[in-house]
Amino acid sequence: MSLNSQDIKRIAHLARIEVNDDEAQATLNKLTGIMALIEEMQAVNTEGIAPMSHSQDVTQRLREDQVTETNQRELYQSIAPSVEDGLYLVPKVIE
Amino acid sequence: MINKSLKQLGEMLQTKQISSVELTQTYLDRIAQLNPEMNAFITVDPDKSLAQAKQADAMIATGKTTALTGIPIAQKDIFVAQGWRTTCASKMLENFIGPYDATVIQQFNQAGAVNLGKTNMDEFAMGSSNETSYFGKVQNPWDRSRVPGGSSGGSAAAVAARLCAAATGTDTGGSIRQPASLCGLSGLKPTYGLASRYGMIAFASSLDQAGPMARSCEDMALMMNVMVGYDERDSTSLNHPKEDYTRELGKPLNGLKIGLPKEYFSEGLDNNVATIVQAAIDEYRKLGAEIVDISLPNTRLSIPVYYVLAPAEASSNLSRYDGVRYGHRAKQYGDLMDMYCKTRAEGFGAEVKRRILIGTYVLSAGYYDAYYLQAQKIRRLIAQDFENAFKQCDVIMGPTAPSTAFKIGEKADDPISMYLQDIYTIAVNLAGLPGMSVPAGFSNNLPVGLQIIGNYFDEARMLNVGHAYQQVTDWHNRMPEGIA
Repeated sequence: MSLNSQDIKRIAHLARIEVNDDEAQATLNKLTGIMALIEEMQAVNTEGIAPMSHSQDVTQRLREDQVTETNQRELYQSIAPSVEDGLYLVPKVIE
Repeated sequence: MINKSLKQLGEMLQTKQISSVELTQTYLDRIAQLNPEMNAFITVDPDKSLAQAKQADAMIATGKTTALTGIPIAQKDIFVAQGWRTTCASKMLENFIGPYDATVIQQFNQAGAVNLGKTNMDEFAMGSSNETSYFGKVQNPWDRSRVPGGSSGGSAAAVAARLCAAATGTDTGGSIRQPASLCGLSGLKPTYGLASRYGMIAFASSLDQAGPMARSCEDMALMMNVMVGYDERDSTSLNHPKEDYTRELGKPLNGLKIGLPKEYFSEGLDNNVATIVQAAIDEYRKLGAEIVDISLPNTRLSIPVYYVLAPAEASSNLSRYDGVRYGHRAKQYGDLMDMYCKTRAEGFGAEVKRRILIGTYVLSAGYYDAYYLQAQKIRRLIAQDFENAFKQCDVIMGPTAPSTAFKIGEKADDPISMYLQDIYTIAVNLAGLPGMSVPAGFSNNLPVGLQIIGNYFDEARMLNVGHAYQQVTDWHNRMPEGIA
């Protein structure tokens, strides 16, 4: 699988990171080597092997649907870039 | 004072030979003197630390103390601490003030330890040299022109330069053990799930684990007693019974079976490092251990597997930095999409972006099976290697890192060469096993670490294995020049 700089721009858009043409080219150069390293995995026969996500193979716990946290909106919003009347402000998305 | 163990400091505090305020001030003075050049700390807040020290002295006056009451501990800047600036070494969180305490911070606070400040690290813990920090490089106390390792490079430099009594680190692919090796200290990554990840800023959630960084295994055992425990606020926390990690210290090593994986002594390993590690193994022979040759055949694959899984998880975890609820927001932008893209372009450094892009790519439509799923399957093969090995031995030993500390800038432009720094440590994270590094000697005046890998939940024995070695060697007590 070889990537080109258009692929980098597409992936960067998926990741919501702005890149210009020069950055895309520089990133491509670095990523090509890393992707070649990753490709080494394709030669491994993993038929019948179950994927592993947690060493102890634990499953997600369930808990009662009860309120456990107190309301700290003011504290949490005190570090937000832009708030008004208890709301987070972002550019207008609905006309 | 600065060379006392945590146990000795604890005794001096309890018997009032020194107060916590005096001890804390001693370290704050050292930080003021050495940190401007060394850059091991991102944030120091003397008023906060001294207020905690006063509280500790009050606890001592009433006799309600723990082993760590009054002892100044440096915290990696990945742990959110209430009222403390918590940056994860990123521009994205340059002005982030922690609104709550991470569980690890809370545990040290409850034990009466003093938070001495927040240590430098690679940005979002992505790196092996501390060079990706937005807040600048950290010097290795043993040679100021060299890196301290990473990502917990600031913690490692701080412990080595005696800027704190001990420190915390986190380890996703070697980030406690490799800097411990490069700075000549002891570092332990516990079994995955033992220390809570709550409030520990996420990099790769299925691999991230917090642990102690200190001058000796005895010190680390005392810290483990504080920082490990079940936490319902961490969905992957293990409900494992509380242990006393000092309980094995002092037991003889007669009959201990040490496995040496042939893959850890092959090409890529520096000759001097190999000789020093072999000498340490010989020391263990003298202590009564038996040496067994083992094989971990899938070691080579741990790097590609890691560089799929860790970036994939990182790309998901770091999607939370969107400039809306906290963190950096671009000054100039058009619509919402433009705000996201500019905010993230400005807020993240080059290595973090690179990993987000790799992760986004391997998780994108059509590639999931070929990359992420394949990596998770090979991850099981790597874990099975260890499972088989532990049928023949009690602990596994080898080098922690393939070389000693390298020059600042030497590998900064070559990500693959940087990634290979973690060739001996990454598989341990993938398998979820505990791993440790202890000082084993010097090559051209630079520290070399011996890695000790244990079976799941075998930390108490591992700490004794390290401790026994530290009773017959003095590598861990050596002090860099020019920091006294």
